Amino acid sequence: MHGTRILDEADRLMTVCNSCRYCEGLCAVFPAMEMRRAFSDGDLNYLANLCHSCGACYVDCQFSPPHEFNVNVPKTLAVARAESYAAYAWPQALSGAFARNGLVISIVAALSMAAFILGFVALSDRSVLFGVHTGPGAFYKLMPHNAMAALFSAAFLYAILSLAMSVRAFWRDIGPAIGGRADGGSIFQAIRDAGELRYLHGGGVGCYNEDDRPTDQRKLYHHLTFYGFLLCFAATSVATLYHYLLGREAPYSWWDLPVVLGTLGGIGLIIGPIGLFTAKTRRDPALLDESRYGMDVSFIAMLFLTGFTGMLLLILRETAAMGPLLALHLGAVFALFISMPYGKFVHGIYRFAALVRYAQERRTAS
Amino acid sequence: MSGKYDVLVVGGGNAALCAAISARRGGASVLVLEGAPKFYRGGNTRHTRNMRCAHDAATEILTGPYTEEEFWEDLLRVTGGQTDEELARHMIRESKDILNWIVQQGVRWQPSLGGTLSLGRTNSFFLGGGRAMLNALYLTAERLGVDVEYDAEVTDLAIDDGVFLAARLKRPIKGETEIRAASLVAAAGGFEANIEWLKQYWGDAADNFLIRGTPYNRGSILKMLLDKGVQEVGDPTQCHAVAIDARAPKFDGGIITRHDSVVFGIVVNKHAQRFYDEGEDIWPKRYAIWGRLVAAQPDQIAYIIFDSTVVTSFMPTLFPPIAGQTIAELAGKLELDPAALDKTITDFNAAVRPGTFDHTVLDDCVTEGITPPKTHWARKIETPPYLAYPVRPGITFTYLGTRVNKEARMLMADGKPSANMFAAGEIMAGNVLGRGYAAGMGMTIGSVFGRIAGREAARHAKN
Repeated sequence: MHGTRILDEADRLMTVCNSCRYCEGLCAVFPAMEMRRAFSDGDLNYLANLCHSCGACYVDCQFSPPHEFNVNVPKTLAVARAESYAAYAWPQALSGAFARNGLVISIVAALSMAAFILGFVALSDRSVLFGVHTGPGAFYKLMPHNAMAALFSAAFLYAILSLAMSVRAFWRDIGPAIGGRADGGSIFQAIRDAGELRYLHGGGVGCYNEDDRPTDQRKLYHHLTFYGFLLCFAATSVATLYHYLLGREAPYSWWDLPVVLGTLGGIGLIIGPIGLFTAKTRRDPALLDESRYGMDVSFIAMLFLTGFTGMLLLILRETAAMGPLLALHLGAVFALFISMPYGKFVHGIYRFAALVRYAQERRTAS
Repeated sequence: MSGKYDVLVVGGGNAALCAAISARRGGASVLVLEGAPKFYRGGNTRHTRNMRCAHDAATEILTGPYTEEEFWEDLLRVTGGQTDEELARHMIRESKDILNWIVQQGVRWQPSLGGTLSLGRTNSFFLGGGRAMLNALYLTAERLGVDVEYDAEVTDLAIDDGVFLAARLKRPIKGETEIRAASLVAAAGGFEANIEWLKQYWGDAADNFLIRGTPYNRGSILKMLLDKGVQEVGDPTQCHAVAIDARAPKFDGGIITRHDSVVFGIVVNKHAQRFYDEGEDIWPKRYAIWGRLVAAQPDQIAYIIFDSTVVTSFMPTLFPPIAGQTIAELAGKLELDPAALDKTITDFNAAVRPGTFDHTVLDDCVTEGITPPKTHWARKIETPPYLAYPVRPGITFTYLGTRVNKEARMLMADGKPSANMFAAGEIMAGNVLGRGYAAGMGMTIGSVFGRIAGREAARHAKN
């Protein structure tokens, strides 16, 4: 018996699946399962995080409901996955809050931070807030660059620390690889597998959504979101280097590297999350862990808000709307950062770790 | 759904869908009537995983060539000659092109699954298994414009002098109706789920049979056709039976209830007596005899008994083995006579001769001085915990069918070909597979004759 009911169920299913193995060509979960005859809590959390929820094994399974064996691997692993996020979250005290009220907390956090910045500015000099500012350093009329950098560095470093502690707990729990060892090759393989979403593909035809006709929509929108996020992150990093190394202050011209990266990324962060949200509403509920709907949606919403407010800011930065928009954008980014360790963001971290472990096991097995 | 089609396909598995797609591609309007609900569509195809096709060279998923001649020799061996050579060779020749044709219908291949390396050269595996294969075929059929109706029970066939006229259809909500069509393709499987029918040959023993497929394989179409003058083929008393876990559900336990551990231990009946040489041949060659052997034992139950040293020698099982720290404890849990079981194991252990164990070949680990002997892989059962799987006969399919010619056209009792009735799949498998089985042959029969039947049915309808 395991620590939780869902792990007991995952164990039951992996025992059924391990005596069948028809799905071993669909993704990484089943080959990883076949390397084991019994499943510890850590093994099951590893398999749960390896699952990309494409749904193919449910549609292909001769034992899925209404069959009495009641095999529903995507849903069971989705619930186990979400519970693993809570189990590994650091500090533990904060793990449950986001799972239950993710969207409310994120929006409140974003608005509070925006209000804080606005209040901060209004207290010092009301005319600055709705003034029109242009030229280098325009943003910093509202908030000094160093204050902005300090605030967001703190939020970001907190997120990094918390995520590092969480993934450390996960890595310890899943135990040593079956015959494997950590090496550069496994990490490189995992970067490739994650980068191309190799296993979000239903064995080659795409994801299963509302019926048995697979499509590649979720993969496309996930790519837009993920690479949009990376481009925005790159834009911020380049701008930080400009500021400190070259002494060049934002805002920059539309053709300058931070703005080009941010614009491309921002477009991805608007279209991608909308697509992912739409796709989510169209999926067969049988495949999903509906109790985590709020957590998933809040992450999608925060990504969208970050992209959307960023793009608005770019378009309207030379108008009087710049001040409030900047405050809103910073609020959204802040909320995104501090919710990262407790929200859907962690799926990428644990899945990447699981892919590294899988690559290790495959390299040893072959 | 209107009342008149070019081609009516009765059945919903691999053969039926290949026939429907092939007929539709031949320009016919096609209706498929599947007697099962949508989830259980496809009969035994749901539980399949591969198909045996001849090929002259290795492919991406097949490790080497499997010539027509080798396929024929395998078929001859497993059937002991109970086959129609002309029809069988025709099927084998056609199977070559099926490897490509079935992919064009959306089915995807993968290399042989873990634990099935012995089939890597001869058999092509469906990516995701038989239900994935079915899903692909249904999707293709629907995209081509084939009409499909589920829960569609055909209660009567109007046949006049070897000519199909109409089918009487009973549906749970929309009630009864009559479907007329220019041609009929019967692809509705055998009668393995029809316990009453099985009892005609097996008596009350059939009550203890477990059925590996859905409860919908009742053979009603087969019975109608034979009653209305179609010539029968295959031994009606025979069915393909393997030993499956006695804890499996009555129907549709599929492949995962099987046991491949016989060669690693001994098998006893309810009196704790051995009854057959467990080491006769390599799994899976003798895998299929154990259903019949168990069916012949009292109460149709037997127990595979082994010890803790061999637990990891075979695939993990759905149901865990029943365990006892002593033979007596195990016997108690199995409700066997402890003294009898102890004597059987003691006698067996005493008869085991030293040898070099190797489960991949016919090794030299044998018994001496007991009946029946164990002629390979005989090792003492002496390391607790002692373990057991209870097993019963698991019925896969039946051999009785309708006789057909190379056009998949049914032959009437007088030997004349029917004008417009065709058959494909398990319902006519007995033509080429009079007895025995080799992995993947059922699907070959289904796809090859399904494709032919659909083509010929469409050709008849369009003329």
